[in-house]
Amino acid sequence: MEILVAAILTIITAATPLLFAALGELVTEKSGVLNLGVEGMMVMGAIVGFAAVHYSGSATVAIFASMLAGASMAAIFGVLVLVFHASQVPTGLALTIFGIGLSALVGQSMIGVAYDGIPQLHIPVISDIPVIGEIFFSQDGLVYLSIFMVFAVMWFMNKTRAGLILRAVGDSHDAAHAMGYSVLKIRFLAVLFGGAMAGVGGAYLSLAYSPLWVEQMTAGRGWIALALVVFASWKVRRVLLGAYLFGGISILQLHAQALGIAVPSQVMSMLPYLATILVLVIISRDRSKIKLNAPASLGKPFHASR
Amino acid sequence: MAQPSEYLLELTGMRKAFPGVLATDNVDLKIRPGEVHALLGENGAGKSTLVKMIYGILKPDAGEIKFDGKAVNIKAPAHARELGIAMVFQHFSLFDSLTVVENISLGMDHASSMRELAEQITEVSQRYGLPLDPNRHVYTLSVGERQRIEIIRCLLQEPKLLIMDEPTSVLTPQEVKKLFVTLRRLGEEGLAILYISHKLDEIKALCHDATILRLGKKVATVSVDKESTGSLAAMMMGEEMQAFKHPKKPTLGDIRLKAKNLNVVAADPLGISLKDINLLVHSGEVVGIAGVAGNGQDELLTALNGERLSESGSVIIEGEHIGHLGPNKRRLMGMASVPEKRLGHGAMPDMSLVDNAFLTSYERLHFISHGLIDYGKTEDYANKVIKDFSVKTPNADVPAASLSGGNLQKFIMGREFDQNPNILIVAQPTWGVDAGAAQTIREAIRKMASKGAAVLVISQDLDELMEISDRMGAICGGVLSKFYPISEITIEKMGLLMAGVSLDDMHDDVINGSEVNHNAS
Repeated sequence: MEILVAAILTIITAATPLLFAALGELVTEKSGVLNLGVEGMMVMGAIVGFAAVHYSGSATVAIFASMLAGASMAAIFGVLVLVFHASQVPTGLALTIFGIGLSALVGQSMIGVAYDGIPQLHIPVISDIPVIGEIFFSQDGLVYLSIFMVFAVMWFMNKTRAGLILRAVGDSHDAAHAMGYSVLKIRFLAVLFGGAMAGVGGAYLSLAYSPLWVEQMTAGRGWIALALVVFASWKVRRVLLGAYLFGGISILQLHAQALGIAVPSQVMSMLPYLATILVLVIISRDRSKIKLNAPASLGKPFHASR
Repeated sequence: MAQPSEYLLELTGMRKAFPGVLATDNVDLKIRPGEVHALLGENGAGKSTLVKMIYGILKPDAGEIKFDGKAVNIKAPAHARELGIAMVFQHFSLFDSLTVVENISLGMDHASSMRELAEQITEVSQRYGLPLDPNRHVYTLSVGERQRIEIIRCLLQEPKLLIMDEPTSVLTPQEVKKLFVTLRRLGEEGLAILYISHKLDEIKALCHDATILRLGKKVATVSVDKESTGSLAAMMMGEEMQAFKHPKKPTLGDIRLKAKNLNVVAADPLGISLKDINLLVHSGEVVGIAGVAGNGQDELLTALNGERLSESGSVIIEGEHIGHLGPNKRRLMGMASVPEKRLGHGAMPDMSLVDNAFLTSYERLHFISHGLIDYGKTEDYANKVIKDFSVKTPNADVPAASLSGGNLQKFIMGREFDQNPNILIVAQPTWGVDAGAAQTIREAIRKMASKGAAVLVISQDLDELMEISDRMGAICGGVLSKFYPISEITIEKMGLLMAGVSLDDMHDDVINGSEVNHNAS
């Protein structure tokens, strides 16, 4: 039981950053923009969040700072891709490289600085209930925020007019334009949202998962988040499922040794990435599924011919 | 009907220039409430430009628009809708992955709840005989049903003027009749309709007055009743049409192309699967396949030309089983094909005409020597094609995308024709091509047949098929109908075939159209 609770707790912390980043990317992609810069936006969110908490001492300030950092990175991408019609794939890749470099530069003085981690919820009595209290009522605010965002995004996409317009823009930007919707504005906002979410996802790593700053500490999670969106076939609910599944796989390496499984730790570290590749291959086999759910205009540049 | 003295819409001196082209020049137009007014002209005559100015998509360079007696400056489509102008576009602005009600909601300026909107849709669709389920996803609908979404979307806004841009180009003859019933009814209720078309029989059947445009200028406004189809055509084309005559009886040779129980499963969930296609094309004949867009035409073309592979015995060229062979092997055996989509399928948009000429002809015409491209020979060939088919281009080195639709089509046709194929498969040969070029292309197709090639033409343009084919059939939902000699074919019969009805099950009176007319009136 002890091990199981510990495992569930680590799954939650491993899944939360993925969940944030993947939700943001899902909204971006639903608007028809493919931003491969998630890793770069996350790592910037991580360092800016960490620096903010170091200088201000406030976790709330740090979270907002990380959102701003992610959104600023996304804004660069948005301007290049939407205003100057730069190709989305290389621009996204460049954003990742840029983010990794810039975060290392900004974070030079932060290496070795300690932080206690953002505070966890504690409701007297309830949080002390064994198992249930530990799992459901003793998490930090970001975990609850990530779950809240799942439902918020789901509600936005399926129930609101703005969400309908966003889906429409991703389905056919020409038709949306012909109806008088501002394709570029809607896409820019979606890209900013994606950036802010990736920023928080990154900050979760440096504020809660392992509260310190290490260069490239996102360690490929941005790529996993990207794969998650495809894995979820652009459905919000499946992003939640996928994030926890991948969170589970990635903490296997921590618990495998405790369970006495004799597999080299390097192989275990590879697991999440191998799983990503495997899942993408399996999903891609069923092209019809991808075609029905994928935003039809994904990655296509929009030129208003007027 | 009493003619009100006031005009609903008055245009004076409308002018719009694009870089290098004067699209409309000093055009006047007047429409009364309740009038169905035709805007008639060839492709490129400036019809679309004119209505885009009315609908606020384009800003006129000069001219005045009066609506309901007041001078207006229409800034945007939303402004036009506010005034009471609605438009059904030729290319639908629909979102495939959304439902009917979601699509309509997106086009409404004042949104009501989805449930209310769904009720309104059902009500309007019943009142005007436009059956439509609000909760279906658009990708599951036929083209005719998709058009209904657009029409209902317009009607929900209770417009005073409805603009329809070539609404029948995607419909079967029966669907056209139903549409006309709806439109007449709307006219009787006082709605003015501006009906854009280049199909003269439709205009004769539906419209009161017609304004004819040619090369951006207004030719005349006439009362349709007082004109004949011929005189309308003469005004539209600027000269009397030269009717093309093809030989009554082709001299048939051997069977060149044969499809035998050809089945191909759709590669994409929105595509059409081909079911048990059986087909014969003899040397020396033109066989036409009609059909409403999206009924398996693309799939048939790609299965025959080798882009999609099938069982080896299901496609047979001159007795050889080749269903399992790819496009290049089939080309070597003398097959040539021209797909419907020019840019991106028939030609590489960013590559030069020379490169594009090379891509389908290098094996047959030996443009490779010692493993390298023989650019001298390829360029000569590209220039020969340009000359033979009078393609208007500065030279052969410009990218394919820089040519106009008609010129690119002539180039692609020429590239295949000049290889002297034994079998030629052409899809939508004259779609979006001006009348002059269309005539050249049709004559070239007939000439290929008279030289002994087996020609298969897949087209949505019935008039065209009836003009050039020796035998005709139709494709519907991936199933091919029987084929009939051109002498036995009428528009009504073709309409039934295009709707997937077998003529064998029908009585003569139905085939001759009385049943259909009865339903329509």
